[in-house]
Amino acid sequence: MTAPSKVELEGYRADVSAWLKENRPPVPDFILPLTFMEVGTDAQFDYLRDWQHKCYEAGYVGASWPVEYGGGGMHQSFQSVAAREMAAQNVPIMLNAIGLNWAGPLLLDIGCEADQARYLKGILTAEDIWCQGFSEPDHGSDLGNAQTKADRDGDEYVINGSKIWTTHGSFAKYMILLARTDAEAASKYRGLSFFLMPMCIDGVETVPIKKLTGEHGFTQTFFTDARIPAKCLMGEENAGWGVAMRTLEYERGARSGQGNSYTMSTPDFSRIFELAKTVMREGRPAVEDPVIRDKLVQFMIEARAIELNSQRQNISPLIQDSPQSLPLQWKLAWSEFILRLNEFAISLQGTKGAYYLGEPDAVDGGSWHRGYLNAFSATIGGGTSQIQRNIIGEHVLNLPKS
Amino acid sequence: METGGTITFSEEQTDLLEMAENFCRDKSPIDRVRALMEDELGYDTQVWQQVADLGWLAIAIPEAYGGVGLGLAEVVPVVEQMGRRMMAGPFVSTTLAVQALLVGGTEVQKQAILPELAAGACATLALSEDNGDWDLENVAACASGGGAEILLSGVKTLVADALAAKWILVSLLYEGRPRIAILDTSTLEEGAFRRETLIDETKRSYQFSLNGIKIEKDDFLDFDHTRETFDHIHLAAALLISAEMCGGARSVIDYTVEYLQTRKQFGKVIGSYQALKHPIVDAHIGYEQARSHLYSAASNFTRQGEGEISTRMAKAQAGDAFSYAADRAIQFHGGFGFTYDCDAQLYRRRSIWAENMWGDVIYHRKKLADLLL
Repeated sequence: MTAPSKVELEGYRADVSAWLKENRPPVPDFILPLTFMEVGTDAQFDYLRDWQHKCYEAGYVGASWPVEYGGGGMHQSFQSVAAREMAAQNVPIMLNAIGLNWAGPLLLDIGCEADQARYLKGILTAEDIWCQGFSEPDHGSDLGNAQTKADRDGDEYVINGSKIWTTHGSFAKYMILLARTDAEAASKYRGLSFFLMPMCIDGVETVPIKKLTGEHGFTQTFFTDARIPAKCLMGEENAGWGVAMRTLEYERGARSGQGNSYTMSTPDFSRIFELAKTVMREGRPAVEDPVIRDKLVQFMIEARAIELNSQRQNISPLIQDSPQSLPLQWKLAWSEFILRLNEFAISLQGTKGAYYLGEPDAVDGGSWHRGYLNAFSATIGGGTSQIQRNIIGEHVLNLPKS
Repeated sequence: METGGTITFSEEQTDLLEMAENFCRDKSPIDRVRALMEDELGYDTQVWQQVADLGWLAIAIPEAYGGVGLGLAEVVPVVEQMGRRMMAGPFVSTTLAVQALLVGGTEVQKQAILPELAAGACATLALSEDNGDWDLENVAACASGGGAEILLSGVKTLVADALAAKWILVSLLYEGRPRIAILDTSTLEEGAFRRETLIDETKRSYQFSLNGIKIEKDDFLDFDHTRETFDHIHLAAALLISAEMCGGARSVIDYTVEYLQTRKQFGKVIGSYQALKHPIVDAHIGYEQARSHLYSAASNFTRQGEGEISTRMAKAQAGDAFSYAADRAIQFHGGFGFTYDCDAQLYRRRSIWAENMWGDVIYHRKKLADLLL
């Protein structure tokens, strides 16, 4: 497919922009999740599912996915434009993140036709919510050591074990699951297989986890002799590690795939400026304090650097020596930035920084505190920042394994 | 979120980047860099002639004055690669003098001088003084008297590559206002320059005594564009130094990573230790962000407003990134890092020099705060 011209893309952006302005849903009387990982209540879930569905009907979700599977059949850059415009207008996020950004792109890349026909449209419409079963209680960063078992029994696999940090666990119809099919394999990585696992069957139980914020968001998922058809296996048996790695590359931004949906809203800098203007320091607005000003500028330089990196990674003469360098550092840079930006916004609030969610006098309803605590989900999940530094050190700088 | 600027990269830039990468690597290996540190002039005149023959000095000079007619965006990849190989020579000083003339020179001056500069003659700027101020309009050196003869007094500092320069652009207080005049160095008396001792031994700069020098009114640049010229020089210099710094950051990281990949302690290659691995990754990320800011600044340099913002961001980020990378480079080389033989010191000295030229990190962030907040 040939890339569209700048004029076409600008026209499309203007359409998306106008539609969003017209159709933006009313502000609810509960706090909206800033990222897909924060959906904790039925009210939040219903609101966001309706919103994704509405955006899908308008053609702004899955614009580049094939028409036969419910997509728009357009060039991928249109989808990026739609996602960017959603972020720019700071509208509510797209709910079905695991489906849109991981399971869907995976199915499009390496799925069989039957699976594509079966799963893709439901991802776009938000009819079928997806979750991810990778981490286990005892195996977080050491994903290759996953112990949840999938034993072949005739035309079925029998799943036993437990997964943790399952985003959307209690809402999901399907899970992308990494499970051990060969406990005797020579290497721990070789005994793993990848499944498209139905969640609404006997033997699958999800238990909500109370997060550090005090809210619910993730579940722990327990499998007790849960039987699934053998055709749920994706790829070859015992070749699941490669599939999981491909999925993580979408997550770390190293492989663009057909994802690129708007599933995390960006903190609104203008609100931080507002805060800096209203909060007083020694009788003057904080924004007049030279140290505060310098901090604000540092955050702006950093935010822009992350944005510019994602532009430069598409300019091949400027990344020749190490094409993976920029994509691999996105997750680390972004998640750490968000964490520190939220922390700074709390520090700006003076005495009111002590308030929390639920306190009527809390600044912005306590959303910076919640944002800060929730931001750890991204600096820990998907490989901690420390693991990310190992990955960059080993894969970009060619340093030996730690 | 507030973002701005778009990176564009043309075919010309791609070609220049590739050519400069090969040329600077071949002509400026590290033993050559060290040899030239001992040389009084400080650069290789044969290599300089080749630079002139390649037409790199003409890149940002309009065709009407014998140049190629491109801009600083095309000069940036060349300077980045020169910085990466610490290649010595009056390229940046001459380019900045060209920029000053383009914005502030009279038509007569441009026609007389620019074609020669495009062909390889050198020029430089004499703007700094003992006050150490980055503000170019804080000038004490004086030009007094009217009519045919104007008498100069005062001392300029950090005049880069003065011995190579055929022309020097000097800032002076004239009739109470900072102005810029252009001097032909062939008219100067012996002893006008005193070489300064710089922390970066690959660089050359001089103190320039103006006492007794006489100029004519025609030697001044156009009075109507003085302010604009100062602003333009300041930003053009920040842009080019950022390019040099990015190149240097890249090199010092490569140099350190190579050591971490080979040096063994306690039976293990030291790059496997996370206490070394994680900070060098942070240095690498800082460098990549600096490079993105650099090419954003190059792409947007001529845009009103955005040009200044993106350039100051580039200088600030390059300063942080280069200083951190070079500082850690010394530390991670252990005992060897404490020796003169270890190249880490060359980069750290370069980063300190560059940080103190044309505004440091804190200075540029202060300017950005005033622009953005």
